Amino acid sequence: MIGRASVPRSTTEGEPDDVTVRKRVPHRTDGGEAARARAHQPETDSDPDVLISARGLTKEFGDFVAVDGIDIDVRRGEAFGFLGPNGAGKSSTMRMIGCVSPLTEGSLTLFGMDPEADGPAIRGRLGVVPQKDLLDEELTVRENLLVYGRYFGLSRSVVAGRADELLRFAQLSDRADSPVEPLSGGMKRRLTIARALINAPEILLLDEPTTGLDPQARHVLWDRLYRLKQQGVTLVLTTHYMDEAEQLCDRLVVMDGGRIVAEGSPRELIERYSSREVVEVRYPDFDLEPHRDQLDLGDLAERVEVLPDRLLIYTHDGDAVSRIVDQSPDRPVSVLVRRSSLEDVFLQLTGRSLAG
Amino acid sequence: MTTTTLKVPPLGDFSRSMAALEYWLRAYRRTWRSSAVTAFVMPLVFLGAFGAGLGSLVDTDRAGGLGDVSYLAFVAPGILAGAAMQSAFSESTWPILSSRKWNGHYHAQAASPLTMPDIVTGHLLFIVFRLTLGAVAFVLIGALFGAFGSAWVVLAVPAAVLTGLAHAAPLIAFAVTRESDTDFSMLVRFVMTPLFLFAGTFFPVSQLPAAVEFLAWLTPLWHGTQLCRGLSMGDAGLLGSVGHLVYLLVWVVGGYALALRSYRKMLLS
Ligand SMILES: Nc1ncnc2c1ncn2[C@@H]1O[C@H](COP(=O)(O)OP(=O)(O)OP(=O)(O)O)[C@@H](O)[C@H]1O
Ligand SMILES: [Mg+2]
Repeated sequence: MIGRASVPRSTTEGEPDDVTVRKRVPHRTDGGEAARARAHQPETDSDPDVLISARGLTKEFGDFVAVDGIDIDVRRGEAFGFLGPNGAGKSSTMRMIGCVSPLTEGSLTLFGMDPEADGPAIRGRLGVVPQKDLLDEELTVRENLLVYGRYFGLSRSVVAGRADELLRFAQLSDRADSPVEPLSGGMKRRLTIARALINAPEILLLDEPTTGLDPQARHVLWDRLYRLKQQGVTLVLTTHYMDEAEQLCDRLVVMDGGRIVAEGSPRELIERYSSREVVEVRYPDFDLEPHRDQLDLGDLAERVEVLPDRLLIYTHDGDAVSRIVDQSPDRPVSVLVRRSSLEDVFLQLTGRSLAG
Repeated sequence: MTTTTLKVPPLGDFSRSMAALEYWLRAYRRTWRSSAVTAFVMPLVFLGAFGAGLGSLVDTDRAGGLGDVSYLAFVAPGILAGAAMQSAFSESTWPILSSRKWNGHYHAQAASPLTMPDIVTGHLLFIVFRLTLGAVAFVLIGALFGAFGSAWVVLAVPAAVLTGLAHAAPLIAFAVTRESDTDFSMLVRFVMTPLFLFAGTFFPVSQLPAAVEFLAWLTPLWHGTQLCRGLSMGDAGLLGSVGHLVYLLVWVVGGYALALRSYRKMLLS
């Protein structure tokens, strides 16, 4: 496998022995990707900036395919996102990247190393913020950091110093000696991030960093993540919030049903898969098909989506559409013009809404 | 990285196992006071009730086929081994389930450079630590009661710890696979308590019907009680003691291998 010679320390690894990691030609057909995939091995060998590289990454649980042959490359310094609804396979992918879940099929390298052979060495350079915090609630805030740092072979004094620094970063210094249990959800999340940073990781994996937090706590978190990115930490995150993806990600893949359905920067995705503007129209009743049929928008509407509670009209000229809708005999309750978002991209790609 | 099932399981990287142990010691700081009190009160209660209380009856009537030996001298090493087993049951069930399901610390450990052998070894080292505290306290109190006829009783401490570990290793392998703690109370009721009562703690298993006596020989606890008793009374035969030792070690190694397997299955899915 790739780069095994550069492993810093030999290890007795605890991963199951019955897992075979096989290379296979990815089944995706978009020419450029597939071509790059075939040239994959020599390329990552010579490109140390590709920190994570996966080809045909597959995870099955029994007969169920949770991750269905995905290809990704994450470069140093990038903020890379997986956007997808519940059950899309985001956590399953993150666990494989975190080297705690053996691949069913495909290949994966991190820092040019093979997770099966070099798990401890790889994990030593990762920070992991799992979907569930997994904090020890009976230990104090500081103790959670002290304990964790030791797992990375750091001396007590180094860990103590880093803990203080990270508590400041996570704005938890004044709670340092309090038990974790009574902290708010946002504080626990920040502590989990602080813990993941104890080894000064090169890659930070964040599985739904802000799910379940209130808007203010989310903004505090985004700000911290933004700073990390400025410091050169490579961020890999999953989310089912389009605003989070837009805020944080340089590049993202949209996942659905275990597959990647689109890839690009948030801006690119919106340009490629949606119109410039969207007009949201609500009516007093929820039988929306007839309302759509009676609208005569001609070339103005690129596409009309019927959601359970509203119509979405995709257009290059929102104001023009909004005037026509307003004057239509069906009298809508509200008409709202807005810019296209990743939500619209997702709807276009999957026919379903992210939130649903 | 290809292993056959017969290969001796890896013990993990020692410094990483120690880091895992450190976590458990830090968590223990929170409860050490009450556990220390228990460690000293438990032998007082048992030695008082069985050694001094019941013992006075047994010794007067020369019942139980113990010959010249006082009941206190007979029962003390038995309880030492039995208490180690009991302690192994409580340390190897609820905390294991909690680490996987409730606080999830095992998953946090698995995301760090720690490997499954590190995680398992680290936790077992902590259980060894707890067993050692219990056994030392028991031998100190027992000595105050005058329960031991030989200075070899010092070696009964590691013997009792090994007895506990022979139970702990297979128990953690089982506990980590559980989804709730209901099985643990069944385990205590139907496995631990009968073992404690019938595996040579309170009376020689030769008093049992032949078929049951044979079953008792199979239990690691019986080998533990015999080993501790030989050492504390100073009449341990070398061959017999080595036999008990080896039998207990088989349970430790077998349990460890099973633990690695079930930890991998549950934590690396
Ligand atoms: N250990 C497992 N055993 C069986 N099925 C699993 C397991 N883990 C995940 N799955 C299934 O795989 C699918 C993908 O799950 P995954 O957790 O990766 O999705 P996700 O995108 O992270 O979703 P969410 O937004 O809910 O976190 C789901 O249908 C889930 O039920
Ligand atoms: Mg998830």
